[in-house]
Amino acid sequence: MTRWRLPFSPWHLVLIPLSFLLLVPLLWMLITSLQTEGEANRFPPVLWPASPRWENYTEAWAAAPFGHFFLNSFTVTAVVLVSNLVVCSVAGYAFARIRFLGRGALFVTLMATLMVPFQVTMIPVFLIVKWFGDNVWDVLGIDHIGALMLPNLATAFGIFFLRQFFQTVPVELEEAARVDGTSRLGVLFKIVLPLSLPAMSTLAALTVLTSWNDFLWPLIVITSQEQMTIPLGLSYFQGAHHVQWPLLMAANVMSLLPMLLVFIGAQRYFVQSVASTGLKG
Amino acid sequence: MAEIEFRDVTRSYPGGVTALKGLNLTVADGEFLILVGPSGCGKSTALRLLAGLDKPSSGEIRIGGTVVNDLGPGQRDIAMVFQNYALYPHMTVYRNLAYGLKQRKTPRAEIDRRVRETAELLEIGGLLDRKPGQLSGGQRQRVAMGRALVREPQAFLLDEPLSNLDAKLRNQVRGDLKRLHREVPVTSLYVTHDQVEAMTLGDRLCVMAGGEVQQIGTTDEVYNHPANTFVAAFMGSPPMNLMPGEVRSGVLQVAGAELSTVPCPDGPVTVGARPEHLEVRSAGGDGVVPARVDFVEPLGSHVLITADVDATRVVVQAPAGTGYAPGTAIGLALPPEHTYFFDAETGEAQLHRERLTL
Repeated sequence: MTRWRLPFSPWHLVLIPLSFLLLVPLLWMLITSLQTEGEANRFPPVLWPASPRWENYTEAWAAAPFGHFFLNSFTVTAVVLVSNLVVCSVAGYAFARIRFLGRGALFVTLMATLMVPFQVTMIPVFLIVKWFGDNVWDVLGIDHIGALMLPNLATAFGIFFLRQFFQTVPVELEEAARVDGTSRLGVLFKIVLPLSLPAMSTLAALTVLTSWNDFLWPLIVITSQEQMTIPLGLSYFQGAHHVQWPLLMAANVMSLLPMLLVFIGAQRYFVQSVASTGLKG
Repeated sequence: MAEIEFRDVTRSYPGGVTALKGLNLTVADGEFLILVGPSGCGKSTALRLLAGLDKPSSGEIRIGGTVVNDLGPGQRDIAMVFQNYALYPHMTVYRNLAYGLKQRKTPRAEIDRRVRETAELLEIGGLLDRKPGQLSGGQRQRVAMGRALVREPQAFLLDEPLSNLDAKLRNQVRGDLKRLHREVPVTSLYVTHDQVEAMTLGDRLCVMAGGEVQQIGTTDEVYNHPANTFVAAFMGSPPMNLMPGEVRSGVLQVAGAELSTVPCPDGPVTVGARPEHLEVRSAGGDGVVPARVDFVEPLGSHVLITADVDATRVVVQAPAGTGYAPGTAIGLALPPEHTYFFDAETGEAQLHRERLTL
């Protein structure tokens, strides 16, 4: 007797509807971005606009200096990304391979900082950044995009994540390279990093995502319009008494596009990061 | 090319483990010396110290007369072949070979010439564009050798380079290595735990155990004149049989049987005899050691008889076709010229009959 089998795993019957459920907010955002304000505020909600109002996009773009916000977001993310990749890889390598006094204690301390929520360190970090702006370089201070970069130049998570990966690189490869006449730093850049591309890509994807979407910290340190990043700029459409939902959603869609591209390009690495560390960024 | 010298080199680790105790060893210019011993005997530690991958706790290491203790691995002008080959997986074979030369700022044309020459010598010319992941075990081994050869270093360090190959390939590569050393006679230090490999490959062997040198000598010396019971039992396959015995008024006694007279002081002694030198006789004869057959292993060209002498297990090599049922009582004759005597307590070699008869 031949058994009848589904052409796919039975789990899909559960997972596919669930994933649609997760898509609902995204779809709703898309739909609202094409509605008139009247439609957006009606109850019960209008599920499809009578005629898609594409002007929402041009109006949202014109309503605030979005080009400028994009540029700020892009600058902050780029600097934070490059710095994280460089600093975390060097620090992670030291923790993985170089024996130095206090390595264990330092690493435990670093790990401990992962357990402290940002809300706890927010105020001290604010004071430190303010001090830097007042005493070192005003570009790094409060109400400058430098303030968005400074606390995020390296992350404990990034160091931890790369250290874990570097430890899996066979130590003989590094020894062979050293016998071949490579310096310690050369070993990192010529042998270890090329073999750690999956980990580096994962860290890059997570860093870009976190940096681009960061809202709370910019909200605290940035007040001038010309220093704002996209997530802050979005709050333009949220007045105290009135929210222009269609414009807000149109702006949202635009701000999301770069991240959507990053995600589509690096989805494999996002999944890997969750699988390989048991943590999410 | 250069002479390698260890002078009182000790390596101890925090926690009280001493991996190497006062090693004194000289590898002559162009010599192929084997460090052999069971795992944990300190042979790999010695190699890593020489490579500069580890630092000695005390003592001096010289390469070509220069003390290299404070030089990094890259400054010692040595090349190493690793047990798992350690080929750079992200580089092609060509780049693997060229890497060390590139690090030393060798001109590009010179690199190309040497890489191709080495590839030719090792018959890997057709593999230059492949990555290590696309090679077989034997090919990887060749590339690893090539990466060392191409550098034309002062010395080669080989850390069990054949242990990841299957038995048939290992024999073939062993031959290749011998030929290679004849063509390119670079000072080589070769670490292995396989005594057959050690015997077939080396000019000289250094047998180690417990972080200490047991014996340094040619294959012949180590095999025919082992310095102690460790070397006797380690070299040879199957190894030398060691039986407790006693000398009473100049007569050797093993398991109650009186054997020949020996010029040894009276007292307990450890008697050694290689399987190929023991002879099987019928039980109960004069001057034979009583033994009981445990099992017989036919190996085609000969058979190995495993028997018990009292509580000691003994292996005897006998002509093909010899067969005994388990439990059969037999007698073993020890030819005086092939009998070894070791101190019953220290295991140090005492007089050897072969020398006495000279």
